[in-house]
This record gives sequence, structure tokens and C-alpha cells, in this order.
Amino acid sequence: MILQQLVNGVALGCTYALIALGYTMVYGIISLINFAHGEIFMAGAFAGLLLVAYGKLNLFLALAGAMLVSVLLGIGVEFVAYRPLRRASRLSALISAIGVSIFLSTLAMLLFGANARGFPEGTFPSRQIDIFGAQISSLQLLIIVTAGVLMLALELVVKKTRIGKAMRAASEDYTAAALMGINVNLVVTFTFALGSALAAAGGVLVGVLFNAVSFNMGLHAGIKAFAAAVLGGIGSIPGAVLGGIVLGVAEISGVALGYSSWRDAIAFAILVLVLLVRPTGLLGKRIDRKV
Amino acid sequence: MLEVCGISVRYGAVRAVTDLSLSVAEGEIVALIGSNGAGKSTTLNAISGIVPLSGGSIRFAGEKLDGLPPHEVVRRGICQSPEGRRVFGSMSVAENLEMGGYTLAGKGAVREGMERAFALFPRLAERRSQLARTLSGGEQQMLAMARALISSPRLLLLDEPSMGLAPQLVEKVFETIVTINRQGTTILLVEQNAGMALEIAGRASVLETGSVVLSGPASDLARDPQVQRAYLGI
Repeated sequence: MILQQLVNGVALGCTYALIALGYTMVYGIISLINFAHGEIFMAGAFAGLLLVAYGKLNLFLALAGAMLVSVLLGIGVEFVAYRPLRRASRLSALISAIGVSIFLSTLAMLLFGANARGFPEGTFPSRQIDIFGAQISSLQLLIIVTAGVLMLALELVVKKTRIGKAMRAASEDYTAAALMGINVNLVVTFTFALGSALAAAGGVLVGVLFNAVSFNMGLHAGIKAFAAAVLGGIGSIPGAVLGGIVLGVAEISGVALGYSSWRDAIAFAILVLVLLVRPTGLLGKRIDRKV
Repeated sequence: MLEVCGISVRYGAVRAVTDLSLSVAEGEIVALIGSNGAGKSTTLNAISGIVPLSGGSIRFAGEKLDGLPPHEVVRRGICQSPEGRRVFGSMSVAENLEMGGYTLAGKGAVREGMERAFALFPRLAERRSQLARTLSGGEQQMLAMARALISSPRLLLLDEPSMGLAPQLVEKVFETIVTINRQGTTILLVEQNAGMALEIAGRASVLETGSVVLSGPASDLARDPQVQRAYLGI
């Protein structure tokens, strides 16, 4: 029973984590809360749905296709809505982000209608698997394994590749990174691409899990994932993963104890409590700003 | 080699640098001295392409430099070791040096650059896998200078390399600057420690409120009564 709820919580938490990574990476480099990130997640879910329903692709190819679509969208949004404001105040960029968010969700409503749409029957075989007495659904396993593989891949990119190291350098000190000859604009583009790809994967997985894809799914998931990123320590990659999973497990525990209508309240209560004790989040660094 | 012609930089309504000119010839050490807020760092950042000019022009090796993004300035052979060291604290010493060699093509060139840096700063070789934030202040300054040298710049911009260091370390840093210069790197040095800067520089300029008020051979400036009173505490 406990194991089963734990798996439920981790699966939900993995989807939060996939979205939270995009928030945290972008914030780490340009100190912007990318409010349009939830809509990149939604766009990924729709792309996956269309590729499965009309493109007749299998789920994994559709997942890859959705990631590509969201990468292009994420890069486009950065180029059009944020790059021209790089030297403007933080607030201007934030307003621009909110504008993009509203634009994209409205556009999705016009294109795909206001009702939620489901994946075609049999997109992924859903069955219960008995593991140590816990009933785990194959969908949850799909989410945990896919998210795990993607996060490992991210870890490799950030730790081992040239551009990944440049990302870490720019996240620590944007100006110093530029002084070393790192093309910081390219690093920003790359960061948006990575975050968008992960969000799209999250969108497809959530869409399959709940069998619902809708124009406003980005708002709710986006706020939850943003909370996860803050909980883990905004700017910290492992923090986003930890924050997502803690939030997912806490929510499911609340539901399991019979407080299902309180699930969002539980998530945000935990966020507030953690921030009271650790204002920079679970794995956040002490902030010492240079003047 | 470097020609800065009448540049101005403003931050909003504030004029940080006004109509400033200076030149650096191949092989020189040129010092920029002046008090806090005189515009020394702004001048270096304007050369590096970090802050945009509102007037004037900068040429390097006959080519127009102003308007280029910072990474293009590095590609043309100018690298800056910024004020306050600003090493990447959560990255290892080796990774910091790798970032310094970001513009180099191929791992071989980066490794060569690192070997040269380790020859100049043997201490860094011992600490290559340590995180930069665990280094002492003096070691971080060595790392910041080594990092700026990996790409073998023709012109090295040094912003306050002696800041916050103990006196015997300051001595060592200035010795190293002379060594780097002897090995063929031209240096533009910004310093609050005017005494030491004038000792190792060939020429120097004194900045006050964003403009050059005095310039000439460093030894002449060191004897100038005005400079002695204002910057050398004599």
C-alpha cells in the first residue's frame, strides 16, 4: 500500500520535475521566470497527440517529435519575446512572458477547441503489474523510466559536454562567461531548447497518463512545476528534480489519506513551510549578490 | 595595437566615461590608475564589448572592435580577467581553465594552454580537480589570470588583480604580470594600487570622473607631485 502510493507519487513528481527543470535552468542563466513554459509543455502534449492520432506514429516516435516541436517553439519564443528585452528591466521580460503564455493558450483553444482531447485507444498498453504486492500501472512505469532516462541524459549534457559546461559557467556568472569567449546568447538558446524538450516529454506523458490534453493544461501544471522548482531551489538542476518528486509524493500522500480535495493546498503548504525554514529552497545556494 | 578614440559610456543618465582616449602598443604594459568610480572598469568592459559605447570608437590591430559581442572580442585576441576574480566557484580548477579556452578549436589546444598555465602557476596544477570556491583568495586570483591566458590573448586586460590580497601576495601577483608580459603578452592594467602599477608599467593614464586627466611614461607620473599626493599617499 505504502509502496504503491510512493510509486504513484514519484510518477506524478517526475512529470513535475520534467517541467520544473526548464524553469530552473532558464532562471539560472537569465533570472527570468519563463511564464510561457507551461504552454510549451501544453504544445508538446498537443504535438504528441496529433502525431499519434493523425501521424499514426508509435508513442516513442511521437514523443521525440513532440520534443522537437517544443524545442522550435521554445527557441522561437525566446527569440521574439525575451531576447529584445535582455537589457530591459526584469519586470518587462516577465510581462512579456505572461503575454506569450496567454497568447499560446488562446491560440491552442482556437486551433484545437476548448474541450480536452484524449489519446487514441491503445496508444500505450495500460495494465497493472504486481511488484512486491503493489499494483503499479504500466503507464506509471513508462513515466518513471522515460523521465529517468531524460534526466540522466540532461546530467550527462550538463556535466560532460562543452556547451553544458558553458551553461553552468553562464548560470554562475553570465558576464564572466561572456568574458571567457562563451557565446552567451547561444547558451541561452540552448537552455531554452533543453528545457522545452523536457517539458514536451512531460506534456506527452501527462497527456497519456490522464488521457486528456487541453489548451489550459499548461497553467495548472506550470504553476505546480514552478512551485517544485522553487521548493528545490530555483537555479538548481538536482533541486528541480527533488522538488518535483517531493511535491508529487506529498500530493499523493494527501490523496491517499483522504484529503483529495486538498491536494493543491498540501503542495503549496509544503512549499511555504520549506521556504520559511530555507528561503533558498532545499538545494538552493546561498545568494550573495555582487554589486 | 589598441586604439581607444574618444569613447563615452553611459548607464542610463549617468555618464561613466566621457571622451576617453588611450592607446596600447604591442609588448607594452599600460596602467590605468584612478580612484573608485573613475571609470577604469567601465573602460575595460567597453573594450571587452560588455557595455555599449554611446560615442567614440575602438580599434584593435587595425580592425574596428566596438559593436562586437564579447565572445568575438575574445576571438580577436583580447581577454579580460575581471575585477573581483569572478572564477566559476562550483566548477573545478580544470573546468575553469577549460572555459578560458572556450574559443580554441580542439581539445589539444586547450590542453596546451593548460600546460602553459600550470607552468606559470604550479599551485593550480596541484589543485586542478578542486572546486574553485575552495581556493584561497590568492589562488583564485592566479586562477582568474590563468583562465584569461588559456586562449593565448595578444592583449590581456587585468582589472584590479591585487584587490583584497595580502601584501606579499600582491608582490607575487605583480611579479607574475611582468613574467606574462616578458613572455610576449601585451597588458592593459587597471589598479587602485597605483604605486605598484606605476612601478611595472611603461606608460600610464590617470582617470578622474570618466576622463583621462594625465598620461605619460609611468616613471614621470610616479614623480608627479599631483599624482603623488592623490594616488601614492606621499
